[in-house]
Amino acid sequence: MSQEAEGQKVDTSKRKFLIAATSAVGGVAAVGVAVPLVMSMLPSARAKAAGAPVEVDISKIEPGMMLTVEWRGKPVWVVNRTKEMLAQLGKHDDKLADAMSEMPQQPDYCKNATRSIKPEYLVAVGICTHLGCSPSEKLKLGGDSGMGGDWPGGFFCPCHGSTFDLAARVYKGVPAPTNLVIPPHQYLSDVRLLIGVDAKGA
Amino acid sequence: MSALQKVMGWVDDRFPLTATYKAHLSEYYAPKNFNFWYFFGSLALLVLVIQIVTGIFLTMNYKPDAELAFTSVEYIMRDVDWGWLIRYMHSTGASMFFVVVYLHMFRGLMYGSYRKPRELIWIFGVLIYLALMAEAFLGYLLPWGQMSYWGAQVIVNLFAAVPFIGEDLSIWIRGDYVISDATLNRFFAFHVIALPLVLIALVAVHLVALHEVGSNNPDGVEIKKHKDANGIPLDGIPFHPYYTVKDIVGVIVFLMVFSAIVFFAPEMGGYFLEANNFVPADSLKTPAHIAPLWYFTPFYAILRAVPPMFGSQFPGVVAMGLSIVVLFFLPWLDRSKVKSIRYRGPIYKIMLALFLVSFIGLGYLGLLPSTPVATIFAQVFSVIYFLFFLLMPWYTSIDKTKPEPERVTG
Repeated sequence: MSQEAEGQKVDTSKRKFLIAATSAVGGVAAVGVAVPLVMSMLPSARAKAAGAPVEVDISKIEPGMMLTVEWRGKPVWVVNRTKEMLAQLGKHDDKLADAMSEMPQQPDYCKNATRSIKPEYLVAVGICTHLGCSPSEKLKLGGDSGMGGDWPGGFFCPCHGSTFDLAARVYKGVPAPTNLVIPPHQYLSDVRLLIGVDAKGA
Repeated sequence: MSALQKVMGWVDDRFPLTATYKAHLSEYYAPKNFNFWYFFGSLALLVLVIQIVTGIFLTMNYKPDAELAFTSVEYIMRDVDWGWLIRYMHSTGASMFFVVVYLHMFRGLMYGSYRKPRELIWIFGVLIYLALMAEAFLGYLLPWGQMSYWGAQVIVNLFAAVPFIGEDLSIWIRGDYVISDATLNRFFAFHVIALPLVLIALVAVHLVALHEVGSNNPDGVEIKKHKDANGIPLDGIPFHPYYTVKDIVGVIVFLMVFSAIVFFAPEMGGYFLEANNFVPADSLKTPAHIAPLWYFTPFYAILRAVPPMFGSQFPGVVAMGLSIVVLFFLPWLDRSKVKSIRYRGPIYKIMLALFLVSFIGLGYLGLLPSTPVATIFAQVFSVIYFLFFLLMPWYTSIDKTKPEPERVTG
């Protein structure tokens, strides 16, 4: 330091430039190393492959009954709705938060009154839109489900008490903010359902 | 010079052993008027050690694999010699960690230990509390029981509520579309390596900051204002031997309680180990009632108290986040002329009591299934919780305080 004071003037601007340049290059290197670490936490190729579409034979589901299949590790319900069940659907729109399915919780081809491709078959992801619990089925109409006399059939989430109707539409005033998700799906034939991909051109 | 002195001299020329011992123990002067509430800092340190030691031994037999995790925990419980004791010490330690930390934090609230010049001690402490919550949450997935699985499902889905990036963020956290083997494996990595390192580092800076400014005390007056000719605070006593010996008494009483729980009530009636967690995780079936462990329930109740808005549950998540974030600002919210509750006026005492009732009330409500009545109570308690902090600049400045004494009152 004393030598510097005795005449050799330190070029601080050059020094500052070198510090800034070194920090910037070092910072870029640090980010560069962080990227592979962060990306390694995304679903692996194997996890993505396990998310492949699932084919289901729906011929064995009796009217008024449901089948639960696993897709991407989530329960997917296939409900065979009876005529009576379908007749109930339009009668309680005023009690629903999103009766017309305005929120993008379904593919466009299911944005209809029954939220389905074929009216009798409901295909829905059985994961509550509140915090991800799996609601229990309360398919039976009225008091048979233990849900009160005017219950038109549907689902009840045990975690925080959200209720959904038989088109997986959420009721007003419950914790779940939106209708249950309708996954992309298509019918390969009358009895073969493919969950996980849209029909081509749809 | 004795042989020992020679060895010490040799070391001290190369490493500040004696100097460090003096600075932090034998010549660290703590106020002489510490009371019961001052046990919990050293007890938290003790529990940290218990958790690390028992954790190391659990890791020797635990398998972080979705197929094997549940059975490996049962294996530890049944087939590993003393495995049950090690696991119960670890599970009891988790809850007891929060017991002592909550008491430690309440001490800070009562005596104004977060006030200038101890703001950083408080902030490091809140960071420790956050790291501890993360550590507890991550560890709770590892037994891979039903509550592990669905509890993690609910909490990770909180991130999915973040607008725009939420869905991708939650997939990134899980490493899969649902809680799965990938999630278990990474939670294990964070639980046994990453967060313990963070916790230890934070505890170190918490203590360094504390020893830089010195401890507060039940009177909330600075002992460094009055020093003797040697520069030693008149109201200070060396940490060792005085407080080391006092703390040993606390340790013994604590270990009696701890052992009683470990040996006689390790599940604590479902509060320390939940019944549903003795059922292996099933991704297709949610247990009838999900409640987090007791130490998270106050925040869970705040989450549930906020109704969904604009088709999103994000406001509830924000409220829960803010309920912890607000703690960081405490040192600047308090405008009182005095630190300790002993010299505060009635308004602060009433507010602190209301806050305590709200926090415990929220904790109780968070354990229960949500009902309309419970939700209204949770909303009232949540509002009080936030008002305690948000109105603090106002009510602490108008409160009628008593004059602080010059010296500690013993």
